[in-house]
Amino acid sequence: MKIDDLEKLKNEGPDTLPSKERRKFLKWGLAVTGVFAGGAVLSLTSAKNVQGALEGIKLKKYPYKPHYCMIIRQDRCVDCEKCKEACVKTNNVPEYGYRTTILEREIPIGPDEKQREFMPVLCNHCNHPPCVRVCPTRATYKDEKTGIVMMDYKKCIGCKTCMAACPYNARYFNEEKRAIDKCNFCFDTRLSKGEKLTACAAACPADVRIFGDLSDPESRVYKLIHEPDRVVWVLRPETGAMPNVYYTKG
Amino acid sequence: MSNNLSTGTLSEPRVATPTVNTATAFAILFTVVGLGVGVYAMIAGHHHVYACTREVPWGILISTYAFFAITSTGLCLLAAIGHLFGGTPLMHLGNRAVYLSIATILAAFSVIGLELESPWRMLIYNVISPNLTSNIWWMGTLYGMAVGAMFIEFFAIVTRQWNLALAVGIMGALAEVGANTNLGAVFATLSARPFWYGAQLPVFFLCSSFASGAAAIILFTHLAYKMRGTDFDERTFRGLQSAGKVLALTLFLLVVATAWRFIVIFTGNNEMAMIAANHLLKGKMATNFWLFEVAIGMVFPLLLLIGTQMKNVPAMSIAGAMTLVGGFIQRYDLVVAGQQVPVYYGWDDLPSYLGYIPSIGELLVVMGGIGVCLTLFLIGERVFGKVFKPAEHH
Repeated sequence: MKIDDLEKLKNEGPDTLPSKERRKFLKWGLAVTGVFAGGAVLSLTSAKNVQGALEGIKLKKYPYKPHYCMIIRQDRCVDCEKCKEACVKTNNVPEYGYRTTILEREIPIGPDEKQREFMPVLCNHCNHPPCVRVCPTRATYKDEKTGIVMMDYKKCIGCKTCMAACPYNARYFNEEKRAIDKCNFCFDTRLSKGEKLTACAAACPADVRIFGDLSDPESRVYKLIHEPDRVVWVLRPETGAMPNVYYTKG
Repeated sequence: MSNNLSTGTLSEPRVATPTVNTATAFAILFTVVGLGVGVYAMIAGHHHVYACTREVPWGILISTYAFFAITSTGLCLLAAIGHLFGGTPLMHLGNRAVYLSIATILAAFSVIGLELESPWRMLIYNVISPNLTSNIWWMGTLYGMAVGAMFIEFFAIVTRQWNLALAVGIMGALAEVGANTNLGAVFATLSARPFWYGAQLPVFFLCSSFASGAAAIILFTHLAYKMRGTDFDERTFRGLQSAGKVLALTLFLLVVATAWRFIVIFTGNNEMAMIAANHLLKGKMATNFWLFEVAIGMVFPLLLLIGTQMKNVPAMSIAGAMTLVGGFIQRYDLVVAGQQVPVYYGWDDLPSYLGYIPSIGELLVVMGGIGVCLTLFLIGERVFGKVFKPAEHH
């Protein structure tokens, strides 16, 4: 049938379409988009705004035991900053620096309407951490047991290459230590002392930050990430860092 | 080895004119003040003196280090090519090139030593805790080896042990190539910084090193003859012409590489890289880019060299000076522009241009680095002046 002929046909509208047909059509659409976009289904927007893109997340293997990770239920965050306060207090973070912070922006939801959105950020404890690769003296390293990206302050020469290499702005120079400082999931201050949560996760009144062991099928993080209908994404997947901080809504 | 070595066979006392003495005094003053400020910054804390931030951790000290290091590589390679292939007129400039390569790498080390927050830890942990995947580690180690090799090479030249000089010179040159391309890779392998990321920068740095090295040997040889008040002999002139050809060719290649570098960025879909590129093309850094990096750094010297057919030494010298000025700004543009787009661009009303203006303290340390280079050049002409005469060996 030619396009001219098609145009003459009456539009049946979607109301009469059986849901099976609709699903089939959507599946085709997704498959075609997936093929042409090389799998990056939502590459219509810049990668860091992509939500629902599962590229960068490989849910098959967990190289560490425990494999610590954090899930951030982004839409629950109200920017109360209790996480930041707890982090500063627990880890003795100076006022000129931070290990975790909350970003915000206004997104348009109508012609004259905007909605404020918050996003907590911290070290992503990547499986392929660019900071660890570039450090000349192995002052920053991936802990072999937990996968936490840690600092050995005395080895840090202060070249700041890890700061340039980090896709997540997770590092700052600590003047007192004369070394780079960063989030270590409160390993020295809490986890190694038997606590189960990081200070920020424990302090969050809205249960935004879910912390736990991704290799444990009984953990909250495992269950949340594996919910079949849940959309989970990571920040800046295009860098290939394979982060362990996941974002979701609800 | 010659047994007749004495300062008389090496030094060039006639260089010590009042003008040169004054220039040397100023160069030493620049060095002492500039490096003194850097030492103060190390004690007081960099944040009190330097303008770098969490978002823009690298500034003009990194770019100045890169500038001197790249120039050092070029000088070392030109010397090695001259000495290795004895037939090329470049060999007549080789001894001075080796010395200047040492001078520029020491200037680079001075600046980077004052840029690192805790450099003394590097001396320990680079050795006992090396990270072989780190480009910084390789760069530091290979530049260290290269400078060691060049010290031996220069000693061998002074003591007329030509075979040793040649062998060590080749080793030094290979180490310099490794160090230089690793310096490019420091930037090129950071996927978090799309403006830098990609395969081009290591070879771009190598090409830049030949341009800067050729520019430096032309300019400093010209200055050296001015200081002596003598005309060029035939061999030196042919050496300068040869360096001029290297300069013209590499400038041409850099123009082509720069054009494609930017075109490729705009054919991709990486927004961060495009925003960074636009800072240079039409943003706050446009004067730096178009006037200094492109016009003064590449196009004018190239036209000057082609127009004068490499027959006019002052013209070649001006082209060399312009190349060095443009090269200095190019390293700055590359370092700064690559960090201008926030990694979380689009959030927190973050600006698309983070901004960085070098502090007075940083500029003084840069002056210190230039002071080191000039001081070593001026003193070198006096102490080793005769060593730099056109080669008689090979």
